[in-house]
Amino acid sequence: MAVTNTAALAANGQIKSRKLVNITVDGHEYQVGADQTLLEGLREAGIKVPTLCNWQGLHPAGACRVCVVELEGARTLVASCTQPIVDGMVVRTQTPRVRLARKINLELQLANHPEDCFYCQRNNNCELQTLAAEYGVERRYRGKRKQALNDVTSYALMRDPEKCILCQRCVTTCADVQAVACITPLKRGFDTTIGVAFGEGIGDSECVNCGQCTKVCPTGALVERDDLAKVYTALADPTKYVVAQIAPAVRVSLAQEFGMSPGADFTGKLVAGLKLVGFTKVFDTNYAADLTIMEEAAELVGRVKNNGPFPLVTSCCPAWIKFAEQYYPDHLENLSSCKSPQMMMGAVLHSEYAKKTEATRDGTFVVSMMPCTAKKWEMNKVSEGDVDVVLTTRELVRMLKREQINLAELEPVSFDPVFGASTWAPAIFGVSGGVAEAAIRTAYQMVTGEELPVPDFTPVRGLEGVKTTVVDVNGVQLRSAVISGLQNVRDFFAQGGWEDYHFIEVMACPGGCINGGGQPYSEHWPLRRLMESLYGIDKNMSWRRSHENPEIVDLYEQYLGAPNSEKAHHLLHRSYVDRSMDYLPQ
Amino acid sequence: MGVQTEVVSATEKRSTLIARLHEVQEREGYLPAVEIAAIAKEMGMSAAQVMGVATFYNHFRLRPPGKHSIKVCDGTACHVKGSNKLLDRIEAELNIQPGESTEDGMFTLHVVACLGACSMAPAMVIDDDVHGRVSPRQLKRILNSYRRRQ
Amino acid sequence: MSDNKQIIFYVGSGTCGLAAGAQAVWDTLLEEVKRRGLNAVAKKVGCMGLCEREPMVDVRLPGSVRVSFGNVDVKGLRRILDSYVENGVIPGELLLGTALGEPDYEAVVEPEPNGQAKLVKVPNMMELPFMSKQCRRVLANCGRIDPESIEEYIAAGGYDALRKAIGQTPQWVVDEVTRSGLRGRGGAGFPTGRKWSTALEQEDTQKYIICNADEGDPGAFMDRGLLEGDPHRVLEGIVIGGYAIGANKGYMYVRAEYPLAIERIEKALEQMRAKRLLGENILGSGFNFDIEIKMGAGAFVCGEETALMASIEGGRGVPRPKPPFPAVKGLWGHPTIINNVETFANVPDIIAKGAEWFASVGTEKSKGTKVFSLTGKVRNSGLIEVPMGITLQEIIFDLGGGIVDNGTFKAAQIGGPSGGCLPAALLSTSIDYDSLIQAGAMMGSGGLVVMDNHTCMVEVARYFLSFTKTESCGRCTPCREGTTRLYELLERVLTPQRVVDAEIERIPAELRSLMGARRHIEAEEFIGEIYELAGVIKDTAACQLGATTPNPILSTLRHFESEYRAHLMDQICPAGACKQFLTYTIDASLCQGCGLCKAECPSNAISGEKKEVHVIDQELCSHCGNCVDACAFGAISGLSVKMELVG
Ligand SMILES: Cc1cc2nc3c(=O)[nH]c(=O)nc-3n(C[C@H](O)[C@H](O)[C@H](O)COP(=O)(O)O)c2cc1C
Ligand code: SF4
Ligand code: SF4
Ligand code: SF4
Ligand code: SF4
Ligand code: SF4
Ligand code: SF4
Ligand code: SF4
Ligand code: SF4
Ligand code: FES
Ligand code: FES
Ligand code: FES
Repeated sequence: MAVTNTAALAANGQIKSRKLVNITVDGHEYQVGADQTLLEGLREAGIKVPTLCNWQGLHPAGACRVCVVELEGARTLVASCTQPIVDGMVVRTQTPRVRLARKINLELQLANHPEDCFYCQRNNNCELQTLAAEYGVERRYRGKRKQALNDVTSYALMRDPEKCILCQRCVTTCADVQAVACITPLKRGFDTTIGVAFGEGIGDSECVNCGQCTKVCPTGALVERDDLAKVYTALADPTKYVVAQIAPAVRVSLAQEFGMSPGADFTGKLVAGLKLVGFTKVFDTNYAADLTIMEEAAELVGRVKNNGPFPLVTSCCPAWIKFAEQYYPDHLENLSSCKSPQMMMGAVLHSEYAKKTEATRDGTFVVSMMPCTAKKWEMNKVSEGDVDVVLTTRELVRMLKREQINLAELEPVSFDPVFGASTWAPAIFGVSGGVAEAAIRTAYQMVTGEELPVPDFTPVRGLEGVKTTVVDVNGVQLRSAVISGLQNVRDFFAQGGWEDYHFIEVMACPGGCINGGGQPYSEHWPLRRLMESLYGIDKNMSWRRSHENPEIVDLYEQYLGAPNSEKAHHLLHRSYVDRSMDYLPQ
Repeated sequence: MGVQTEVVSATEKRSTLIARLHEVQEREGYLPAVEIAAIAKEMGMSAAQVMGVATFYNHFRLRPPGKHSIKVCDGTACHVKGSNKLLDRIEAELNIQPGESTEDGMFTLHVVACLGACSMAPAMVIDDDVHGRVSPRQLKRILNSYRRRQ
Repeated sequence: MSDNKQIIFYVGSGTCGLAAGAQAVWDTLLEEVKRRGLNAVAKKVGCMGLCEREPMVDVRLPGSVRVSFGNVDVKGLRRILDSYVENGVIPGELLLGTALGEPDYEAVVEPEPNGQAKLVKVPNMMELPFMSKQCRRVLANCGRIDPESIEEYIAAGGYDALRKAIGQTPQWVVDEVTRSGLRGRGGAGFPTGRKWSTALEQEDTQKYIICNADEGDPGAFMDRGLLEGDPHRVLEGIVIGGYAIGANKGYMYVRAEYPLAIERIEKALEQMRAKRLLGENILGSGFNFDIEIKMGAGAFVCGEETALMASIEGGRGVPRPKPPFPAVKGLWGHPTIINNVETFANVPDIIAKGAEWFASVGTEKSKGTKVFSLTGKVRNSGLIEVPMGITLQEIIFDLGGGIVDNGTFKAAQIGGPSGGCLPAALLSTSIDYDSLIQAGAMMGSGGLVVMDNHTCMVEVARYFLSFTKTESCGRCTPCREGTTRLYELLERVLTPQRVVDAEIERIPAELRSLMGARRHIEAEEFIGEIYELAGVIKDTAACQLGATTPNPILSTLRHFESEYRAHLMDQICPAGACKQFLTYTIDASLCQGCGLCKAECPSNAISGEKKEVHVIDQELCSHCGNCVDACAFGAISGLSVKMELVG
């Protein structure tokens, strides 16, 4: 049942089933892979079939019934998404019977749906709306409609149950991919709703805010909390010194939103665009990521010296942190005490940076552009003023479009320097394995005083859910693991043997932040392309190790002293709380 | 990062879920939230998933019921023999709708589909007693007998 | 067992009997036996099926035959004790006959028609019209043996079949079942042997067999009757099935609403284990098999086999896509066979008496018998077992004794909420799987509800839809959303578009006919809309619950379209059943001015002084019908008044 991300992600590349079958579709013959569903086969043959509940890599729900086709020999229409493909099948996908069935099923969905498109985050970007237009719905069935209040309990997500079409994608994602299962279908029949166990809404649940559910939701029923208004208010406030920081994954995820080929590096264009919007300065979160690496590598070296506690587990993903605080409260000492990069960046900007510029501590207004919804939660619940607003990639795109800015047309501009010269830092943190790779590079250097002999550290690269590697560091066999996707995390820890690792990188989103919950909508999100793009940026850097970043060197020299110094601790580290009882009824 | 050594396989444990819910409801009269959370932990499921199961089945209640439960049958046989009239009367008499409890906490009203006493339609079950061929007129008498019973 | 000096009492204690007051009879019996110092034993037995005559008590005096009495309330029981037990005189008004399987017998019966008590021949119960056309095979033991005694079951030939089956190969058992022509009694009528054979072929060390005792069809209680009355027969069938397909584990999925059945099964399982008919190494054959009870929790959809499996696994009872079929990939991914209670109950006889014996009754493609619960507006309601091929006419009029209250037959709903209605013209339909499908209904699990001329067919369709609508699991669009819309369309048919007389007056005559014409067109469109939506639901629903939901509408539309039109166009309910369409008036010549109706009217629509004629204000009347019941003088009636718009 558990759909491993590895499978989901492998599906993102090219599927080449070895066994083939012949099917006849609308009078034409096709040869497609066996061992898949009819829907997958039809898509392989290039035939368009509408879907609302199916999602590549997720266990099919067979709920929406718009993917129905005529199958010769079957009494009724069949849902292609749950129908196994069989050699010799004769299928019709465009008959009047099929079209009528699809249309009526869409009309039935709409009959129980608010007519709210104008006021909806998904307007013009909504699977239901698109299909309704394509299938020419016309009849409005009048009658009872579900009524429910918007769920505004979460810092990361918003839910409008009235817009929910019960496709179950979010539920399956939350349960099977992220192993949280805080949202689930409740009741049954017409009264079925997606909801949480206790309390008013998602904010009262074990939700780790990863946002993976919002990525798969076909409608405006489950979306990121929109914080754009706060940004506009700040931009209009003359007492505010409004700056932006941009996470690595964001810069390679924008191209297709502006009509360019996916994966293109839009870093410079984005900096230019944000300047046009009115941001005074635009920084690179990678600067803070390098800081994180310095601190984390120092922590690792320290633990190697003191023989533990092992493993040291990364802390840059706030969804993972909440997961750990909820489900592994006995092992919080294993977590690195480093703040996440966005928080480190915010802390530096609000303190040392503010001191050296015209901005004041309170006047500095830091907006993080993140692929991530969990960072919204982190900003509100953990960061204590380091960051002021977190925008997801999707909100960022909405903002740019609202400002009529077409990134594709802009000339690239460099990031503003935090200290010293303007620099470009490595970008691989956006992908699962990136932090581990950077940390190992730096730790290796710290211990041996030499550079890691292999520049491209391939064992931790790739989109698999779990990757492991051993590096010889001065005779110590440094064992590390890289895990992404929380189901994989749960499996990894349940399986035992995790104590034998020295260093574990965990990212909640399958594949890391490039697949973050705040990234643009797409069932066929070009993960591999984005990953390659990030490694490409990395390869072309003049330095590729955090400890070589001249700005970082600068910061330590001028302000912090050494990694893990008292000052660094005060500014860049945090503590954890046991949340295992937080969401239980009294 | 607790490694739980599983004594019984997770699937086997999960298959006792509905029986566990029955057990709790039998004991408490309903399914208190704390019990749902405890069962979830025991089964290795999320509390929401247990809630999803509990709310799927008609039988389970999330709120404490009245002292006596009235189940009025609206199965086919009873329907044809006038169960809606009976239900109307009960609703009027107790001033509650199906699924609700009376203010004095005496009765909870449920509508169920077929009690298996179809030939005695219209039928209703109060607590564990089956009442067959209930005419609206007998109703008051029957209800009073439970009121007296306390 | 009792010695032959003892009196034996048998008290029918099925749910049905209990509903009729059997518990009080039982309590009184124990008291009286003690008080009178009788040398007697009392046994609770299951259902004899003659619900109409519940509570039922059988008495066997020492050395005599077993005699059955019906409608035995506490008073009746005392009468039996005084008259028959103490004096050997049978109270005639309670007598049903000698019990099933007993010979005729001469006894004094009183009161006699001519007032003189004398020896007369007491015929067997089987000669009652209700019984005479029945063919009691799976019900043979029901109401006869003590369902809580495995010894009585064994004495009646029980577990011989299991012994025989275990001596043969699984393939032999499957073949025998295949040859018998047994088809599933749970609804769809799939050949049981074919299903078992698929499971037998699967190479998996773990297989399961499940008995579907969810019996959710409202208005049906065949499985309850069997489980309460003869649980061992069903369990024996399951063990044989388990052996045949190579399962080592069986589940009994019983609905929670059947506590008595569950209790009886639990007892039976214990007795089986004690006799090594269950557990390790059954009857020394090396075959290991056990049965576990799983309780439902009130969800009709859990009768659907994949939903049932999801429920056993501890989840929401949401059906799963087929294929894969359970026989290939079922419970926890292992081959699983699911059969209905009655299907299993047929198995022991097939094995013990042979496929030919089984097939000697029935039609060409539907062999054996079928149990029905006959209810509704029929005189003798109850549990019946009839040979396949009997006609509807025979069931309703010969066994059922016709329609109650001198009404006339209108339709029979067969197959429950997934089935259809058959009108008088189809009374000659043969009861077998294929004829019923052809007639637009289906066998279903055995619910048979009779409707008379006072039943509104649109209302019946609405009722079934309101049932399936609330029982939808909510997974797929056509069922979750579509049945709600379909229901609302029906509600609109059933909602009067009232124009008050005074208003009609004000509408010019020529416009009136225009309005009539428009109503006509709207009605046509409306019916078309119902057909279209029903068609898509049937065509795209993810499971059989949704796919069959429109059946009651489609079949009532097919046979009673005029009733739909009457509601829509003429604003009347031809059956006079839909109160909202009735006009309530007080007949001045009958009204005594007692004021009872006024007191009962929730809408304050009735006015009138004491001792004067009361009147109903039509504008205020909410059509509840309370006043009709309230008036002891029959002065108030609700009439269908056709709205004269056309012409
Ligand atoms: C909604 C629905 C409800 C059902 N309910 C029952 C039921 O209560 N009892 C039953 O035996 N079969 C029921 N069935 C049929 C079962 O799915 C299944 O076909 C049957 O148990 C197979 O046994 P059989 O082959 O012995 O008939 C139901 C089917 C559907 C679609
Ligand atoms: S979810 Fe889609 S269809 Fe619904 S209101 Fe929003 S845009 Fe419109
Ligand atoms: S599409 Fe139609 S409804 Fe929408 S804004 Fe334009 S005119 Fe109005
Ligand atoms: S944000 Fe993540 S944890 Fe929260 S509901 Fe969505 S998928 Fe589940
Ligand atoms: S919230 Fe969205 S993803 Fe979840 S079931 Fe509803 S429509 Fe589907
Ligand atoms: S993996 Fe990245 S995008 Fe996903 S929750 Fe963690 S930090 Fe956010
Ligand atoms: S047809 Fe109805 S019961 Fe069946 S899966 Fe769909 S919603 Fe559930
Ligand atoms: S039908 Fe009901 S509302 Fe109308 S007069 Fe009679 S009691 Fe009053
Ligand atoms: S109850 Fe009957 S008799 Fe009495 S006032 Fe009403 S109509 Fe007249
Ligand atoms: S995509 Fe197949 S049923 Fe929804
Ligand atoms: S229909 Fe009411 S008891 Fe069966
Ligand atoms: S007599 Fe038992 S069911 Fe009616």
